[in-house]
Amino acid sequence: MAEIVLDKVTKRYPDGALAVSDVDITIGDGEFIILVGPSGCGKSTTLNMIAGLEDITEGELRIDGKRVNERAPKDRDIAMVFQSYALYPHMSVRENMAFPLRLAHVDNATVTKKVEEAARILDLTQHLDRKPGNLSGGQRQRVAMGRAIVRSPKAFLMDEPLSNLDAKLRVQMRTSVAKLQRRLGTTTVYVTHDQTEAMTLGDRVVVMRGGLVQQVGSPQALYEQPTNLFVAGFIGSPSMNFLPATLADGQLQTPLGPVPLSDRIRRLVEAANAPSEVIVGLRPEHFEDAALLDEGERGRGGRFTATVDVLESMGSDKYAYFTVEGETATSAELDELAAESGSTEMTDDGSQIVTRLSAASGAREGAELEVWFDEDKLLLFDPSDGRNLTYAG
Amino acid sequence: MAVIGATASSGAKTRWALIDIVVVIYALVPVLWIVSLSFKTKETLTDGNFIPRSWTLQNYRDIFNTSEFLRALLNSIGIALIATVIAVVLGTMAAYAIARLDFPGKQLLVGASLLIAMFPQVSLVTPLFEMERTLGLFDTWPGLILPYITFALPLAIYTLSAFFREIPWELEKAAKMDGATPAQAFRRVIAPLAAPGVFTTAILVFIFCWNDFLFAISLTSTTSSRTVPAALSFFTGSSQFEDPTGTISAAAVVITIPIILFVLFFQRRIVAGLTSGAVKG
Ligand SMILES: Nc1ncnc2c1ncn2[C@@H]1O[C@H](COP(=O)(O)OP(=O)(O)OP(=O)(O)O)[C@@H](O)[C@H]1O
Ligand SMILES: [Mg+2]
Repeated sequence: MAEIVLDKVTKRYPDGALAVSDVDITIGDGEFIILVGPSGCGKSTTLNMIAGLEDITEGELRIDGKRVNERAPKDRDIAMVFQSYALYPHMSVRENMAFPLRLAHVDNATVTKKVEEAARILDLTQHLDRKPGNLSGGQRQRVAMGRAIVRSPKAFLMDEPLSNLDAKLRVQMRTSVAKLQRRLGTTTVYVTHDQTEAMTLGDRVVVMRGGLVQQVGSPQALYEQPTNLFVAGFIGSPSMNFLPATLADGQLQTPLGPVPLSDRIRRLVEAANAPSEVIVGLRPEHFEDAALLDEGERGRGGRFTATVDVLESMGSDKYAYFTVEGETATSAELDELAAESGSTEMTDDGSQIVTRLSAASGAREGAELEVWFDEDKLLLFDPSDGRNLTYAG
Repeated sequence: MAVIGATASSGAKTRWALIDIVVVIYALVPVLWIVSLSFKTKETLTDGNFIPRSWTLQNYRDIFNTSEFLRALLNSIGIALIATVIAVVLGTMAAYAIARLDFPGKQLLVGASLLIAMFPQVSLVTPLFEMERTLGLFDTWPGLILPYITFALPLAIYTLSAFFREIPWELEKAAKMDGATPAQAFRRVIAPLAAPGVFTTAILVFIFCWNDFLFAISLTSTTSSRTVPAALSFFTGSSQFEDPTGTISAAAVVITIPIILFVLFFQRRIVAGLTSGAVKG
């Protein structure tokens, strides 16, 4: 168990590609931290630098206060679970799991004991003498975990360990990984680009983009207080709705109509020195069917009427999709997010917005609906650099 | 559909079986002819019968009674084995570096080894002859082993680097993370997985060395290092006027036996698909 500190760590590949730049993260002892971000943002590179599989170009990596930049992977006492599992095909499951212990010259009795214990935890006891080639994907994944846990390393590194499993198994394994980590209390760095894994597994989440850390914080903090447009759009599913707006005289002109700013937001916006052209962000759950609210509540928010394009009933709630006429919000961050999620269904005559309504809502596809939204929950962003103008810190 | 598919595939199977039989017969007839010649008596040697009318082991007795042939057999086995071992060991290291590392001059190395493989050996015989005479290597074992290694290495490097590329690189990273030194990772993870490739290469290189005639005839002059293919051409009958066809055939049969043994021995070690199950699948 250990504290891992990345101090201004930078990675430049020999071909000149800057994969990671100036990453500053302090990972506490026993903490479960998630690296998340779009493909190519440098998550694996960061993990490999912690592992020692990639050299650190600049900056310092400290494990338990000691600089380890120059140490070989084997001297860092860190275990890694690979996306492809990387099991040794010529060894049985037992030998695979015993391999790290054998290399450490642990005596036979202890090896047997530890391997059997790990196999029991991971429910692999009856497969110990089989070869990885004959195992299912989930079993292979567990063997890879077993190989990591047998020698009680200082930390676990996992690079998208569940991405090769089918959806159902992934959910199961996600829970077991979380349980296992709690049980062992070992510092864990986990790379994923899966929303749900990022939000549910970790104590803290690091959002990366183009080699830069965008924000580090608890899943809840990232969700409620994103520092910028990128984090706001990346975290959350379905993602936040963005609309262009103009800010003047404490009023916001949006495609949904004029919105007065609440005192809290007004103060933040003033402190942030906001430009007049801004982007409004609203999460789907901050909308509601206006018909379901009493007078008092209705008064506290904005309202608009639009035609429901698509209605998805999830049982517990309903997702209603609308098209809002007018310009669409544009910024580099939003373009990148759109490219990442592959959403090319950009309607040319307005922005698409997603709302989450109560199950009791009477919304129907093709019919008009009056929708209410919570004015106090809206976030404002600067389109030029994407910073959150309503960030309370 | 299934029925049609089944008949079509069984039709295809018979067609393939017929083609296979034709090819095998075509390839084996000369070999069987030599086997047949080796069992014929001197009198029936030229009768043109495929199956000898009178069988004899005299030809075999004759070749094993001359020290010449035994000595050549010993030379062949020794030279081919030594050359194979050295070429495979060097080839393994070179191929591993080529498959795994990005070093300056890598393309040059690959290109150069390809060039050696393409170079007409016949044009090198005379310079080699002169060089070996000057260096005192002429008509010695090293005098043959060295050129064999030179020409077998490109072959070895090519075959082996193809095998190394097949082994997922992540296995090596995993071994490193599990606490292995680079040497341990190679010995305990990479080498066992590359074994089929190493054995395949060993077979190919051994056959190449064993069958070589050009260098064997040009770089040797006495029985001290003459290998069997070269020695065969010096065979005479018991008298100058006797036709040595029978003894040459017997010797030819004898020298194929080590090759067959060698291939059989290593083939059992070539377990295809050994790397399956390493990665997700
Ligand atoms: N060996 C390499 N040489 C040069 N550039 C590299 C190398 N490996 C990665 N890169 C570059 O570094 C950047 C970060 O790569 P990295 O593999 O860390 O991304 P990632 O966040 O893990 O992405 P993914 O989610 O697709 O796995 C990418 O732009 C990539 O092209
Ligand atoms: Mg990656």
